[in-house]
Amino acid sequence: MKLREITYAEALREALREEMIRNPNVILFGEEIGIFGGAYKITRGLLEEFGPERVRDTPISEIAIAVAAVGMALTGLKPVAEIMYMDFLPICLDQLATQAAKIRFMSGGQLKVPMVLRTQYSLGRQHGSQHSQFFPSLFFQVPGLKVVLPATPYDAKGLLKSAIRDENPVLFIECGILYRTKGPVPEEEYTIPLGQADVKKKGDDVTIVGVSRLVGEALSAAKKLEDKGVSAEVIDIRTLQPLDLDAITESVKRTSRLVIASDDVRTGGVGSEISAAVLESSFDYLDAPIIRVACPEIPVPFSPSLEQMYMPNADKIVQAVDGIMGR
Amino acid sequence: MPEGDYGKHGLTKEKLRQMLQKMLLLRKFEEKIEELFLVKGALIGPSHLYLGQEAIAVGAMSALQPDDLTVTTYRGHGHALAKDVPAKLCMAELFGKSTGTCKGLGGSMHVAIYPKTGSLYATAIVGSGLPIAAGVGLGLKQKKSKNIAACFFGDGAVNTGAFHEALNLIALWKLPVLLFCENNQYAMSTPVERAVSSRSIAERGRSYGMETVVVNGNDVVSVYVATRAAAERARRESQPVFLECKTYKMKGHGVYDKGDYRPKDEVAKWLERDPIVTFQKRLLERKLLTQTEINNADAMARQEVEDAVAFATEGSPLPFEDLKKYVYAEGA
Repeated sequence: MKLREITYAEALREALREEMIRNPNVILFGEEIGIFGGAYKITRGLLEEFGPERVRDTPISEIAIAVAAVGMALTGLKPVAEIMYMDFLPICLDQLATQAAKIRFMSGGQLKVPMVLRTQYSLGRQHGSQHSQFFPSLFFQVPGLKVVLPATPYDAKGLLKSAIRDENPVLFIECGILYRTKGPVPEEEYTIPLGQADVKKKGDDVTIVGVSRLVGEALSAAKKLEDKGVSAEVIDIRTLQPLDLDAITESVKRTSRLVIASDDVRTGGVGSEISAAVLESSFDYLDAPIIRVACPEIPVPFSPSLEQMYMPNADKIVQAVDGIMGR
Repeated sequence: MPEGDYGKHGLTKEKLRQMLQKMLLLRKFEEKIEELFLVKGALIGPSHLYLGQEAIAVGAMSALQPDDLTVTTYRGHGHALAKDVPAKLCMAELFGKSTGTCKGLGGSMHVAIYPKTGSLYATAIVGSGLPIAAGVGLGLKQKKSKNIAACFFGDGAVNTGAFHEALNLIALWKLPVLLFCENNQYAMSTPVERAVSSRSIAERGRSYGMETVVVNGNDVVSVYVATRAAAERARRESQPVFLECKTYKMKGHGVYDKGDYRPKDEVAKWLERDPIVTFQKRLLERKLLTQTEINNADAMARQEVEDAVAFATEGSPLPFEDLKKYVYAEGA
């Protein structure tokens, strides 16, 4: 397997391009994705290669974007729509939660909605309260939707390819601040199945579950913990829906300690659900409370130093682990 | 329209008889639903009857091709039946049985989901069908299909964000979509004058750069002729057409709603324009059908509805354990 270092953004573009070549029914659309190449340049070059019928610039109409996707999927095409910021998802929540996710069930299996909705969150880039939100746990309440969050270029490419091939509506949440990070990606074609978590580092003393950006932070935390003689196991959740609970409980049964790190608000965030689920299934294996490392119950502040203090990071994860070791 | 012109539009005696038959089926079906809810207490949940609007669904579907795709609303029983969704499957869906169109998982508001006959989707969120129809039109255009999409919605939808975003996109990208606004003058209990800022709904279609027509929604022949012309244009030129069809609900918003908020003389005036009564009268006057043929059509419609109720009563709901199977589609 030949590996090369490419960015998270380039990995996504490769995935889009390969899937568009493989399946002529894959159509991209969103704001600024064609001529401009995408707000974050993910789709650069695709208009030139595939033409305006397969790479469509839209007006600023999030409802129309999300739903052109639903309608097209109903005719058997494979739309990949882009909503520029996760903050804009509530604008088209009807189309995503009330339509796309439920159509298969409501129709008694007659219809399916094979679409992908790509979006990103920009926490950490001083974009302020209305352009930094991250709330994937909202979608735990929307059965029928799949929710995928890649943390590395390798995962980004493999997961996006699988998302595009999936027969269900998939919400694909990218991390804006990771777009420029580099990582090893094979030259050969590969996919990563949805619904499968990934143990990024093996360990014995504590399980740290990371979501998106926090996977990298968890790995940094694990290095710092090693110096203190604590062996941490880091699990990258990769897919939030369906959640790979087995991978987490298998780990917790060995380590007896769990910390969950994510960029959403702590109350009702991803950590809350994972916590409750692990408690129900593995209470007897736990030696300490489950700790959630997440954002405080405050909208994201603009001021750069305040935003840094607001965000979870490796040090806060280390602190959380310190608090539950030796119990 | 002079009788001589009927032939020009493909309205043979047989076609006219079929249209009447369909309208009677819609009417008897909805009357039976009303009875099952209010008199027999056999049905439960929200249900929105199409009584009085039969001319639109039947006129439109009679002029569309079987493979054209329709998107409708929760007031969709009429569209389903007009698009040849079997009455017994519709009835079973209303009864929540696994033999229904959606295996009992959709109910009254989603009865019209039956892609086999091109009755593609029905949504319960006001306005949400419009952008979906835009996507369907885009899909058909992308695949260079000869088929078009038709979206049915009410006067209540024209103030939603989804309506505006959809109209803009449909006109901008020249999508082959027919937009039927069934203006029955009331969105629940709110009359159009208290909800719509524009002088007319039709001008909203025009304001998006779309060809727009206003149609007498209580005359099945007018709806048929308008649809035929619009469909041809959409098919040939990949251009949308907005059709405002003026009509009226015989009863209230939902099956339990008496509609008392409407002035009695207004209701009386519209009941005189009953689309089925006026159509029958015209057919008899012009000797296109005999009274016997009309009576037979009526009897056939009643029988079809009775058979549907029997079929629905026989079935059972899906076993609860099976529900999980319908959340996700298999395969990749």
